[in-house]
Amino acid sequence: MYEQIASNERKSVLIVLGALVFTGGLGYLFGLIIGGGSFGTAITGLAVALLLSAALSYWSYAHGDQLVLRTSRARAVTHEEEPRLHNVVEGLAIAAGLPKPAVYIVPEKAPNAFATGRDSEHSSIAVTQGLLDTMNRVELEGEIGHEMSHVRDLDILLGTIVATLVVADVLIAEFMLRWFWWGGMFGGGRSRGGDGEGAQGFALLAALGLVLALITPFFAQIIKLAMSRRREYLADVEGVKLTRYPPGLASALRKIAADPTPMRVANNATAHLWLNQPSRIHGEDNHWFENLFSTHPPIQDRIRILEEM
Amino acid sequence: MVAVWVIVGLVVLAGLYVAFTYNRLVRTRVRAENAWSQIDVQLRRRYDLIPNLVEAVKGYAAHEREVFEEVARARSAAQQAQGIQGQAQAENELTRSLSRLIAVAENYPDLKASQNFLALQEELTATESRIAYARQFYNDEVQQLNTLIQAFPSNLVARLGTFQPREFFEIEEPARGPVSVTFPS
Repeated sequence: MYEQIASNERKSVLIVLGALVFTGGLGYLFGLIIGGGSFGTAITGLAVALLLSAALSYWSYAHGDQLVLRTSRARAVTHEEEPRLHNVVEGLAIAAGLPKPAVYIVPEKAPNAFATGRDSEHSSIAVTQGLLDTMNRVELEGEIGHEMSHVRDLDILLGTIVATLVVADVLIAEFMLRWFWWGGMFGGGRSRGGDGEGAQGFALLAALGLVLALITPFFAQIIKLAMSRRREYLADVEGVKLTRYPPGLASALRKIAADPTPMRVANNATAHLWLNQPSRIHGEDNHWFENLFSTHPPIQDRIRILEEM
Repeated sequence: MVAVWVIVGLVVLAGLYVAFTYNRLVRTRVRAENAWSQIDVQLRRRYDLIPNLVEAVKGYAAHEREVFEEVARARSAAQQAQGIQGQAQAENELTRSLSRLIAVAENYPDLKASQNFLALQEELTATESRIAYARQFYNDEVQQLNTLIQAFPSNLVARLGTFQPREFFEIEEPARGPVSVTFPS
């Protein structure tokens, strides 16, 4: 468990450093293009990019959980609104020896749940309305136990940083493409005077944006590497160590596997955070293409392991 | 010369081990104490809940005096219990009397259906599972502490301070609801 925490801290630092180097390089190129090859502007570009991505990294560390909760349309609920959920979360926090995480509900029919936050002092657990409606107390405890292990092992820190960076990448790529679109039109107007250099710069900018947009799907692959499937099995096992009742989680997973409702709010940036791979395609098994980029082990395997305990 | 360095190295290693183990003992003891106060908090929450629960049942079944008295007796005995074992016994007694109270309440359909009673029952179930979880966490910490104090070689370090093995808190587990395989419609 302590090894897991250390490894998650290490990976979080590595991912942030990687993002810094990557955006720093982009900024350097950007500066080089704008300045028409001048070293001074290239360095300025590098500095600006480093500053921006350092700010972004800090922001994703401090507020990434809010971004994740908002993109999932999660809503905070009080103890009076959802006493059972609050009680279960509090009980498992006691079992894990952690402060009680904030409790959120996602208005979705598909049963699923996720945890986010930077550490156990700043953590949130969100469950879908569908999960609350279909699970009895013992099953709910199994699921929350799984999420509580993610909180304790700091899986949430890594998961949240990864999610924020993917969202940021998508936004930056879009921003560059749009800037090219508008800039290209204005630049086109101005270049009647024979200023070909500006247009060339914009074209390169657009190329960068395109490259960013194209590599975005491969972030799914990076996420898969960073958030190995092993940690899902581990969270199952550790969650069961908290509830001391494997049939609870097994029964919950069986219900989830049998539920055909697709998730509306799921996207590539947050898929790895959920309790079970959120599927947007109707049906019992995930589509082969989803499996290719799947962040979770097959649910049947997880059930089998729990049944053997 | 080499022998001197080897001895110096061994002494430094031993010193590091002692410092590390001592700190670990202190940390584990603090955690065990915190875990015990968590149990205490949860037990108190149950004491506070009981008068409300009894009042709710009384409103529909005033003549079931016997069970009310039994619960009141068990509650004050638990509040006055001494020592970890004494506390555990008194709490078991209280748990049993509370399940009898709930069983009595089950005989009154109007009571069973009332929102107030349902809310109180949820709070009781939650409090009892919190007690169980707090107990589980406490016992795990106690097991670690006791192992450190008794096993070689950390027992030698434990003698440098005042580290006492702690008693486990043994209470009966609340019954778990059956896992339903049918879907609520």
